[in-house]
Amino acid sequence: MTDVAERSEANVGRVLHRKEDAKLVTGQSTWTDDIQLPGMLHIGVLRSPMAHARLARVDVAPALEQPGVVAAYSGADLADEWVMGLPCAWPVTEDMVAPDHWPVATDEVRFAGDTVAVVVARDRFSAADALEHVDVDYEPLEPVVDMEEALRDEVLVHSEHGTNKCFVWPLETGDVDAAFSGADVVVKRRYIQQRLIPNAIEPRAVVVDPTTASGEYTLYSATQVPHFVRIQMALVLGIPEHRLRVVAPDVGGGFGSKLNVYAEEAIALAVARRLGRPVKWTETRSENYQATIHGRDQIQDIEIAASSDGVLRGLRIDLKADMGAYLQLLTPGIPLLGAFMYCGIYKMDAYSFTCTGVFTDKTPTDAYRGAGRPEATFAIERIMDDLAAELGVDPMELRRRNWIQHSEFPYDTVAGLTYDTGNYEAATDRAMELFGYDELRAEQARRRESGDRVQLGIGISTYTEMCGLAPSRVLGSLRYGAGGWEAATVRLLPTGKVEVVTGISPHGQGHETGFSQIAADALGVDFDDVDILHGDTRVAPTGLDTYGSRSLAVGGVAVHKAAERLIDKMRRFAAHELEAAEDDIEFDRGTFRVRGDPDSSTTIQDLSLSVFTAHDLPEGVDPSTAAEYVFDPENFSFPHGTHLCAVEVDTDTGAVHVRNYTCVDDCGTIVNPQLVEGQIHGGITQGMAQALWEEAIYDELGNLTTGTIVDYYVPGAPDVPHFTTDTTQTPATTNPLGVKGVGEAGTIASTPAVVNAVLDAVRHLGVDDIRMPCSPERVWRAVHDAGQQTGQDLSDDTAGGRL
Amino acid sequence: MPRISVNVDGTAFTDEVEPRLLLVHYLRDRLGKTGTNIGCDTSNCGACTVVMDGLSVKSCTVLAVQADGSDVTTIEGLADDGRWHPLQKAFHTEHALQCGYCTPGMIMASVGLLADNPDPSDEEVREGLEGNLCRCTGYQNIVKAVRTAAAEMHEGATR
Ligand code: FES
Ligand code: FES
Repeated sequence: MTDVAERSEANVGRVLHRKEDAKLVTGQSTWTDDIQLPGMLHIGVLRSPMAHARLARVDVAPALEQPGVVAAYSGADLADEWVMGLPCAWPVTEDMVAPDHWPVATDEVRFAGDTVAVVVARDRFSAADALEHVDVDYEPLEPVVDMEEALRDEVLVHSEHGTNKCFVWPLETGDVDAAFSGADVVVKRRYIQQRLIPNAIEPRAVVVDPTTASGEYTLYSATQVPHFVRIQMALVLGIPEHRLRVVAPDVGGGFGSKLNVYAEEAIALAVARRLGRPVKWTETRSENYQATIHGRDQIQDIEIAASSDGVLRGLRIDLKADMGAYLQLLTPGIPLLGAFMYCGIYKMDAYSFTCTGVFTDKTPTDAYRGAGRPEATFAIERIMDDLAAELGVDPMELRRRNWIQHSEFPYDTVAGLTYDTGNYEAATDRAMELFGYDELRAEQARRRESGDRVQLGIGISTYTEMCGLAPSRVLGSLRYGAGGWEAATVRLLPTGKVEVVTGISPHGQGHETGFSQIAADALGVDFDDVDILHGDTRVAPTGLDTYGSRSLAVGGVAVHKAAERLIDKMRRFAAHELEAAEDDIEFDRGTFRVRGDPDSSTTIQDLSLSVFTAHDLPEGVDPSTAAEYVFDPENFSFPHGTHLCAVEVDTDTGAVHVRNYTCVDDCGTIVNPQLVEGQIHGGITQGMAQALWEEAIYDELGNLTTGTIVDYYVPGAPDVPHFTTDTTQTPATTNPLGVKGVGEAGTIASTPAVVNAVLDAVRHLGVDDIRMPCSPERVWRAVHDAGQQTGQDLSDDTAGGRL
Repeated sequence: MPRISVNVDGTAFTDEVEPRLLLVHYLRDRLGKTGTNIGCDTSNCGACTVVMDGLSVKSCTVLAVQADGSDVTTIEGLADDGRWHPLQKAFHTEHALQCGYCTPGMIMASVGLLADNPDPSDEEVREGLEGNLCRCTGYQNIVKAVRTAAAEMHEGATR
C-alpha cells in the first residue's frame, strides 16, 4: 500500500528518470528486425536503378533458381493482391492529381528506388544475392528532376495525367495589393529548402505472421502509426480490419519518416498471404535513402511589405513543393501545414499564400520533423533579418515592433489561426540575457571594424509553431482523411496497480514516463504503479498515433481526462462503501473521504479490490474500474521561443563555427523538464543540420548522388555545439494541463537562427544570401563573389559598411 | 566452412560460419544477441559497436572468422550480475538516450573510450564518439553521461 506522505509531491513538473530506459541500456529491447518466427522467410526488394523507364520485361525465373530462394514475383505477378494502390490520405483539393501507386511497379518506374520485383528466400543473404538474377529490360524514358522544369510539362512523370502539377492551393486574407502598394519598403527573396533525408537510426523493417486458415494476420512494423497502417493495409489488401493486427514494437526514431504507409508493408502481407509463412523485410541504410520518404524540397518566393518605421503590412508567398514521383500518405498536405505559419508571431494587415505541388522523378517527400512549419518559419525569420538590414535596424528590434504583445492574447492571426497564449517578451528577454546579446554585438562591431579574418554573426529566430494536431473539424475543412482526436483508457487493477492504454505510439519521446506522471497525479497513485500500454492495435485498438507534436497535447490530455472520468466512477463506489452521498465524497491524492468526517475514508487501491470482488455494489452499477476518454482538441497549441546563435565565419575558408547556441522555449506547462530538454537538443541538432550540413542531391538523370550515409552528412558529436537551454512556462489555455508540445520546436527554430547568424557575419561584406546547407564552399563563394562585385579586397581593412 | 571459437558475454561458442559472415550477423542471427543493432551498410553509424579483446570495434567491420579466439562483450554482457555498469546508469540518469537504437553501440564505444582515456574532457568525448551517430539526442546528454560515468568509475577505482 502506498503511503500518502510519500506521494504528496506532484509528479508533473519534476525530473523523473525514464521508465523506458532499462531495456534499452541493457540490450533487451525488441526492434522489428529482432523478431524471429519459426519458418520465417526473408524478402528482398529489387529497386529501379533508373529514375524513369518503361518496364519492357521483368523475368524472375532466373532468381528462382538461386540457392535458398522460395519465391519471386514481378509487379504483374502480385497485381491481383491489391484491392487498391497505396493511399494518399490528404487530397488537398477537389481536383488534385493522385496517380496510381502500386506497391510493386508494373509498367513504368518513376524514381530511382521504385520497386520492380520481390524475391523471397530462406535467409536475408540469399534474398539479396538472388535479386541480382532478376532479369529486367528497362526502356529508358526521360526523367524530370527539377521542379520548375517539371512545371513546364514538357517531360511528364505520369504521362496519363498530362501534367506534373499535382494541385494549386491558395489562401488569401486582407487586402494584399493595398498592403503592398501602400508600403514604403518591399523585400523580395527566393529561398530554397533543400531536400533532406530523415535518417532515423533504426532502418524500417516489417514482419508478418499469418494464420491463413482463419485469414488472420499480425503485421509488425517499425512505424510511428500502427493505427493508420492497420486501416490502410486492410483497404489495400482487402483484409477485414478486425483480422489484421498491427504492432509497433520498440521503434528506433521516426521524425516523420515512419509516419507513413509503405509498399513493403503491403508486399510483406501479400507474400505471407500467398505462401502462408512468416516473412521479414529489413531495409538497409542505402535502401532507406531511396525507399523511405524525404523531407522539405521546396522553392519559396516570398515578399514582405513594411512601412518605413518597420511596421509590417503584408506578406506574399508563392511556394512550390516537390511531391516526388508519387503521393505517399500525407505528401500534398505537408507544405500546407506551413500555410498558417508564414506570418509567425507577427501582426500584419494582409497575407497571401499559394502552394503548387509538383511531381518529379524522385523519392516521394512527406513529413519530416516539423513538416511544413520549419520551412515557413525559416522564410519569415530570414526575411525579417533581410528587412531589418534593408531598414538599418537591429533585427531583434524589428521583431519587437511587430510581434503580438503578451497583453494581446488570444490573438487572431492574419493566417486565420487563434493563438491562445504566449509571452514572446519574456522568452526573448531571458534568451538575450543568457546569450549575452549586447556583448556579442559589441564584439561583432570590433571584428568588423578591424576587418578580422574571422567575422562574428548573430542569428535570431523568434518562432512559434502550431502543434497538438489537431481539432478534427479543422482537419475536415482541410480535406484531411482522418480526425485529430486521441484516445486513452485508464484501468485500475484489483491489486491497485494501474494500466493506461494510449492510442499514441511513442518511438523515443519518453511518453511512458510523461504519461505515467500525468496518470499518477490524477489518480494519486505511485509513478511506479502505472504502466503505459501502446503500439499494438489489439492492446490499444483506438488511436491516431504519434506525429505533429501531438502526443502530449492531445494524447496526454486524453490520459488526464480518462483518469478524471475514472475518479468520478470510483466516487460512486466510495459513496456506497462509506455510506455517504456521492456529493459528499472528496477525492484527494488517492483517498476518498466523506466531507467533514476525516475518519471515514478509503483508498483508490482498496476500493479497486472491493469493486473487483463485486460483492457489494451500488444498485445498477456495473463493476468496472476502467474509463475511456477520447479527446478532440478545440484548437491547436502554439509553443514559441527565442533561439539565438552566434557563429564565427572564417572569410578565408568559408568555415562556420557555432560558438554559442542559446534558446528559451515556451512549451506551456512542463511535465518532465528532462524530456523537454532532450527534445530541444535533438530538435536543434536536426535543424542545424539542415542549415549547415545536410542535402540530398540528385543529378540531372535522377540519380541520388548522396545515396549512402557516407555521402549525406549526418552530424556526429564533434560537429554539434553545446546548447544553453532554458524555458518559460505560459500554459496553453485550450487544454486542462496547459501543455503545448515540444517534439518539433527545436527543429523549427534552429535552421533560421543558424543561417541568419552566418549571413549576419558576412552581410557587411555584401552578401545577402547563402543557400543551405551553408557549407564552407558556399560561404566562401558568397564572400568571394560579393567582394568581386563591389570591387572590395577582402583583406582590405576598409572593406565593409552596412548595406 | 571455417570453424570458430568465440567467447561472447562470458559464454564460449564454437560454430561453423560462412567466410563472409559479419560478426554482427553472427551475434544477432546465430547467437540471438539482438541487443547489438545494425544502423547502416557502410560502417558509419556505430550502432553495432561491441568490445572485442578490450577494444571497441564496429562489429559490422569484423568478419566472424576474425573473431576466432576472441573475447567479445556486447551490451547484453555489460552489467555485472544484474548491476548496471556506470555507463548504463549514467545514460539513464542523464537522459542520454531517446529511441535507444544507437545506445548499445554508443555505450560500448564509450567503454572503449574510457578504457583509453579515463578522464576525458567534453571535447575528447565528442571526438572519441565521432564514429557513432545518434539522431535523437543532439549528443549533449551523451557527453554528460560519459563524463558522469567516468567520474563514478574513477571514484570506484580510488575508493
Ligand atoms: S551497422 Fe556497423 S557501423 Fe553501422
Ligand atoms: S537515441 Fe535514438 S538514435 Fe540515439
